[in-house]
Amino acid sequence: MELTGSIITLTGSIVLFLGALGIFRMPDVYNRMQAGTKATTLGTVLFLIGVSLGHPGCGCQGKIFILIVFILATNPVSSNALARAAHTAGIKLTDRSVKDDLKDDTETGEAK
Amino acid sequence: MRKAKSAFLGVIILFAIWVMLTDTSRQELIFGGATALLIAALFHSRLTVLGDIRLNPKSLLYMVIYVFVFLWELLKSNIDVALRVINPRLPINPGIVKVKTSLKSPLGRAVLANSITLTPGTLTVEMKNDYFYIHWIDVTSDDIEGATKAIVSHFEKYLETIFG
Repeated sequence: MELTGSIITLTGSIVLFLGALGIFRMPDVYNRMQAGTKATTLGTVLFLIGVSLGHPGCGCQGKIFILIVFILATNPVSSNALARAAHTAGIKLTDRSVKDDLKDDTETGEAK
Repeated sequence: MRKAKSAFLGVIILFAIWVMLTDTSRQELIFGGATALLIAALFHSRLTVLGDIRLNPKSLLYMVIYVFVFLWELLKSNIDVALRVINPRLPINPGIVKVKTSLKSPLGRAVLANSITLTPGTLTVEMKNDYFYIHWIDVTSDDIEGATKAIVSHFEKYLETIFG
């Protein structure tokens, strides 16, 4: 059980590392947020599951479950708020982008 | 009816959180239950958003299925983004696309927006009327219908039953 917990925790930390690498490599704020949000969510969830499996006697499984639910519910909300704020502030998408429907609609006044 | 359902769900959720946070001795259970009832009674007019959840067998079954669908998508999205990040050529084709949702309930839309953010290569940026604006890391479809089908349809099937 302790070994399983350790492996899951290790997987979580690898996911978090890949997320950090993604934030470093991606070309603009939106793509960075993509890498950041997904990796931190799954990484933290795996990390918490690993901890709860590795310490079966801690009596903390309920708390860890609540933590996971809150992370799943709030992490995407924060990244949505950041992405929205970035777009409203006029931060441009990378040159490699193919389209920006939101910008087009804001200019034509359709997205009001 | 709707208010009663909201209050009922509020009590259940609060009590579940309390049980998970504390021991299960009898005193604690009684105190937690009483507090949950009190909070739900005081704030039932603010809890109406919970009334969007439908409580029938089909909807409860879909909730359970949805959790697994969602976790599977979360896993896939991490592998997807990780592969793009490791690839030296950084194969991305990003853009912001517009999709249409048929969900009416605010809670259902919030869950949908959250789910979109955590699924492969998509990030909800803005929500206006019936449209979501979504940053897509690999744009494969140019029009609203195609993007809607690719991004939201497989979630909406379940959320429509759960939230209406």
